[in-house]
Amino acid sequence: MSLIRTLTAKPWLEQTPEDLPALGRLPMPTARVGLVVFLAVVATLFALLVSAYVMRMSFGDWRPLPALPVLWLNTLVLALGSVALHLSVLGARRGKWTTTRLRFLFGGLCALAFLAGQLVAWRQLDTLGYFVAENPANTFFYLMTALHGLHILGGLVAWERTAVKLWSRSGAAGLQLSVELCATYWHFLLVVWLVLFGVLLADTQGLFVPHMHHGF
Amino acid sequence: MVQTAVIGDERAGVEPEHHEPKSFLTKYIWSQDHKVIAIQYTVTAITVGLIALVMSWMMRMQIGFPYSLGFIDQDRYYQFVTMHGMIMVIYLLTALFLGGFGNYLIPLMVGARDMVFPYVNMLSYWTYLLSVLVLVASFFVPGGPTGAGWTLYPPQAILPGTPGREWGIIMMLVSLVIFVAAFTMGGLNYVTTVLQARTRGMTMMRLPLTVWGIFVSTILGLLAFPALFVSGVMLLLDRVLLTSFFMPSIVSMGEPLGYRGGSPLLFQHLFWFFGHPEVYIVALPAFGIVSDLISTHARKNIFGYRMMVWAILAIGVLSFVVWAHHMYVSGMNPYFGFFFATTTLIIAVPTAIKVYNWVLTLWRGNIHLTVPMLFSLAFIITFVAGGMSGLFLGNVVVDVPLSDTYFVVAHFHMVMGVAPILVVFGGIYHWYPKVTGRLLSDAMGKFHFWVTFLGTFAIFFPMHYLGFVGMPRRYYDFSGINFIPDSAHTLNAFITIAALVVGAAQGVFLFNLVWSAFRGRLAGGNPWRATTLEWQTPETPPGYGNWGPRLPIVHRWAYDFSVPGADEDFLPQNHPPSRETAETAHGRPIAKGTMA
Repeated sequence: MSLIRTLTAKPWLEQTPEDLPALGRLPMPTARVGLVVFLAVVATLFALLVSAYVMRMSFGDWRPLPALPVLWLNTLVLALGSVALHLSVLGARRGKWTTTRLRFLFGGLCALAFLAGQLVAWRQLDTLGYFVAENPANTFFYLMTALHGLHILGGLVAWERTAVKLWSRSGAAGLQLSVELCATYWHFLLVVWLVLFGVLLADTQGLFVPHMHHGF
Repeated sequence: MVQTAVIGDERAGVEPEHHEPKSFLTKYIWSQDHKVIAIQYTVTAITVGLIALVMSWMMRMQIGFPYSLGFIDQDRYYQFVTMHGMIMVIYLLTALFLGGFGNYLIPLMVGARDMVFPYVNMLSYWTYLLSVLVLVASFFVPGGPTGAGWTLYPPQAILPGTPGREWGIIMMLVSLVIFVAAFTMGGLNYVTTVLQARTRGMTMMRLPLTVWGIFVSTILGLLAFPALFVSGVMLLLDRVLLTSFFMPSIVSMGEPLGYRGGSPLLFQHLFWFFGHPEVYIVALPAFGIVSDLISTHARKNIFGYRMMVWAILAIGVLSFVVWAHHMYVSGMNPYFGFFFATTTLIIAVPTAIKVYNWVLTLWRGNIHLTVPMLFSLAFIITFVAGGMSGLFLGNVVVDVPLSDTYFVVAHFHMVMGVAPILVVFGGIYHWYPKVTGRLLSDAMGKFHFWVTFLGTFAIFFPMHYLGFVGMPRRYYDFSGINFIPDSAHTLNAFITIAALVVGAAQGVFLFNLVWSAFRGRLAGGNPWRATTLEWQTPETPPGYGNWGPRLPIVHRWAYDFSVPGADEDFLPQNHPPSRETAETAHGRPIAKGTMA
């Protein structure tokens, strides 16, 4: 494995008079490395939130939220957006810029529709009396959807900048990479949402058996 | 013979164009140059650090000479404690090591022209400055800053009666959340630059240990700060929206509050999941820097380079599984204590490897007692002293009686307060000539060193004894407590005087920083005759883009000191392996091609 080979090198013995070692970069563009590092940070953030959710759940006052039907619709819309961006990447790789643009546009609009749908879900919960501070389950739901939504908003900023480039100078160097990075981000946030939604559903179905706190 | 290369964008195969900024604003204020950003970070961090220093004086005055300063009431005292701790750990040490040293040294040491995302790097600094401004603003809001202690434990952090409960705690949490955003932007740069922007020949295992320390520390930060972010946001919601993440049902001052069923322990877990790696976020860059200082100033290659790298990695991994050793007295499940005590003691192994390797590097070295070397030696002594008391506190049965005493204050100040700050000083004395082109005054430096080193021992070493006699920490007033002997009060007065002296000696350091920038001895490009790349730049201080037209090529590791048969006692990393060397005006051998 190259990681082990890297870490077991003996730099004090190396003699490289003629053949200098190669550049030693990871075999991916720097912008993608940056994105992967960032996604690791975001993944940690949501993993910690989920673990806090599970820990807090075991206390007696936890009342699970209902899984609103609109959330299923939102999930579908977000997945559609992810598919659209994936197809957009395929288009960009083949140099078909017209289809690339349309699919890219659709992917972003799906994300916007998802955000609108999440706001609808908030309104419905509010109408049903599931207020933020009423129960920790409510608070967690609002907090997790808000943080997820903020990350989608951030993604839309990158999406907008890429879209402008797609329309003004399609085919420019680096454009394909920008589309690919947007797609990666969209897939990632879809996975995060699926995990959050899955936790909520499992909670609603009573899959987490509530038990009294024993101290952890 | 090709000794140079043009390293560029991996796709286009050419070096991206750099447009050097011309106006004052883009060059020095809204700068995207990593060296300017590093100086901005450093100056800001030292400035807030001075505020925290003055607050430590205030605390010591109250403890050593109770009620001698009329304006220190108990609320003020707790506000000083809180802000001193928070500023020193996060806004000074973290920002200075990563934002300051990391920004300045990473691109220079790996042979890059700048960070890979310069714009994000600039945003990182300005976001950090915003977090500092919010923090400082909390001194001026009604009720003053929070006095919850630097750990901000709920429920007391947001209960009536705790100073700064109205606005201070909100400002504190908002500032921390902003800081995490700033750190993430900077951290992305540090990690990605080390991975992707190394010059030709600079393999990972040829990186100077400074870069390894900062690199792994940044990864720890990127994975640990989200826990601070999450707990900060949740505590903010508990405070502002009266949610019950952490707040149990509670009656405060005779009135039931609106909270129900929350878990203060949950906060402690989240906080220390950040808080313990934070210790190593501060320590690992110090480990790396001190390794390079010792090797350079003892003219000897670092002993056990690979072990040093592995130890840094092992400490990084282990630091995520020891957090609950901060919670032995919190009432958590005793079996957890067993697990966390075990992991805590295991972490002593890689740490001890590092200490042995520093000592073995010094063994039969050609030790130059320069100011950076003095600080490095002081670091080893202080770190061992602080680390040893950590072995005691890592055991549950020993920790329980000592936990709330001054023994803990002594431990953490020595191991993660004084030890890293000694490295900060050593690093500043070492790299100042590269940043400014002039050496810091040696006389002032030695004065600063001896007062700081002996003074901090005078402050913190006696605190171990205060801990043994059971003197509780966090108390504002010790009068009327029978079991505390009079000698403890005398000792406290002594400690306070030492603290005042050490604090005042930092004025000499600051004066030296300013005075030497104009009057210091000219340093030349490589005054310490060091091997690493930052000393091989064509200009000192390095110009925009660092390397002139051609990037350096690395032919060897960072520790070729006293190589048998070599003309000089050091071979720079870009020194080619052949015997053909060219003498430069500085009288140091250098690769032919890099002069092009």
